[in-house]
Amino acid sequence: MSGLMEEMAAKAQRLNIPLNVQLDLTYRCNERCVHCYLDHRDHGEMTTPEIKRLLDEMADAGVFILTLSGGEIFLRKDFFEIVEHARRLMFCVKLKTNAVLIGKREAARLRELAIEAIQVSIYSHRPEVHDGITLVPGSLKRSLDAIRFLKSQGLSVTIANVVMRQNISDYAGVQQLAEELGVEFTLDPTITPMMDGDRSTLSLGVGSDALSGLFRESSLVGNVDEFCAIAAEPGQDELEATPCSAGHTACYVSPYGDVFPCVQFPLPTGNVRRERFVDIWRHSSQMNEVRSIRVKDLPTCSSCAHASNCTRCPGLAFMEGNMRGPSSQDCEKSFARTGIPSANMLAKNRTAANLVQIRPLPALVSGPAAGAMA
Amino acid sequence: MSTLYLARNPRVAARMLDGEMMIMSGRDSTLFTLNRTATILWQSADGSTPLDRIVEHRICSEYDVPASQALNDAEALARELAGHEILRISNEPIPEPAALGGDRR
Repeated sequence: MSGLMEEMAAKAQRLNIPLNVQLDLTYRCNERCVHCYLDHRDHGEMTTPEIKRLLDEMADAGVFILTLSGGEIFLRKDFFEIVEHARRLMFCVKLKTNAVLIGKREAARLRELAIEAIQVSIYSHRPEVHDGITLVPGSLKRSLDAIRFLKSQGLSVTIANVVMRQNISDYAGVQQLAEELGVEFTLDPTITPMMDGDRSTLSLGVGSDALSGLFRESSLVGNVDEFCAIAAEPGQDELEATPCSAGHTACYVSPYGDVFPCVQFPLPTGNVRRERFVDIWRHSSQMNEVRSIRVKDLPTCSSCAHASNCTRCPGLAFMEGNMRGPSSQDCEKSFARTGIPSANMLAKNRTAANLVQIRPLPALVSGPAAGAMA
Repeated sequence: MSTLYLARNPRVAARMLDGEMMIMSGRDSTLFTLNRTATILWQSADGSTPLDRIVEHRICSEYDVPASQALNDAEALARELAGHEILRISNEPIPEPAALGGDRR
């Protein structure tokens, strides 16, 4: 984030303005990715007028960055009508798509509409692996063709590479592909439970050893020593900090109008079919509860050795049963980075494979000693 | 000085935050914040109101400054904003593009 954007985000948080919203236009999809957390049936998506009214309300509420996602957004017949309306309201519009339905004409239209950025999911540079994850033969070729169309229009494209057991050995190939195409690359090792709470998809996640390998790859993380350093003891500022932007400057709206703190935080806070967006944002008791939480309020995590640089996701913690609790996936990430088990892992007595053969001292997870080590 | 018309560049993204206009450039995604005077120009840039009238009605009414100096300063500012592709400027009224309109929010 640029300095000015950070300044704007800080101001938005102080003023309680939702600067950044992800709106899923549909959960329908033309791919059937094995790790997907969505129910693809249509249970009553918002209509075109409903979405336009919501966009008007969001603009009035101060939303600046609007990310349109799904499902597959191009399955909505009114997709361009929605984007035109959003751009007329001067949102900074970003898209997340598998790009399978983007041809030359669609790419040109996106250019006309001055779309800020387009993120395309690519799982592997090898068709048999990518198509084996999307379960759609030919999908890699179509997505890559689309990326070329988008690039030829001068649009900003990022390849998002979700890694799981099936494609863990392919990220370097995807990275190289991104370089050849002249697009950005981002890697995400997070697999999310299904929306209905089914956690079976988590078994697709890469194990600790693979995660540790990813975190020691400088082309992915930059300075490995810095990335894998043990956290300093959290200072007062860090303990008073908010865990993430969910509910503070960001939120998520489903195709059915349900508002959540984040796409990964399925705590219902209201529905825009019944209430104004801004009223849900400002007055929902659930949103205000999320907003009230500071790092110091997290019973396990505030005393963890990783407290000051953990990537803890409150939404994943919520899906584990407690929004103030730990997110085990992030505990695993902290452990893979440093070899130091989190307070949560110690409490559960499951330190997994000890990647760094140093027996962690109890003092390391209690704060001051961790700071001294760091 | 010839009459100057201003129009918002429809390729930017824009939103008012606490009285300050945030603009993201459509050219290179640079983020700008506009000061009060630049925000007035942005909000008044409808393509059909000449700059001298904007200065007379929106700037001179707010700032204690001679009209000729205000107009010179406003024109310099408008040209700077045009250089960043935030505004479009012309000696003729500027029609709104069909593909994208604009909104002052």
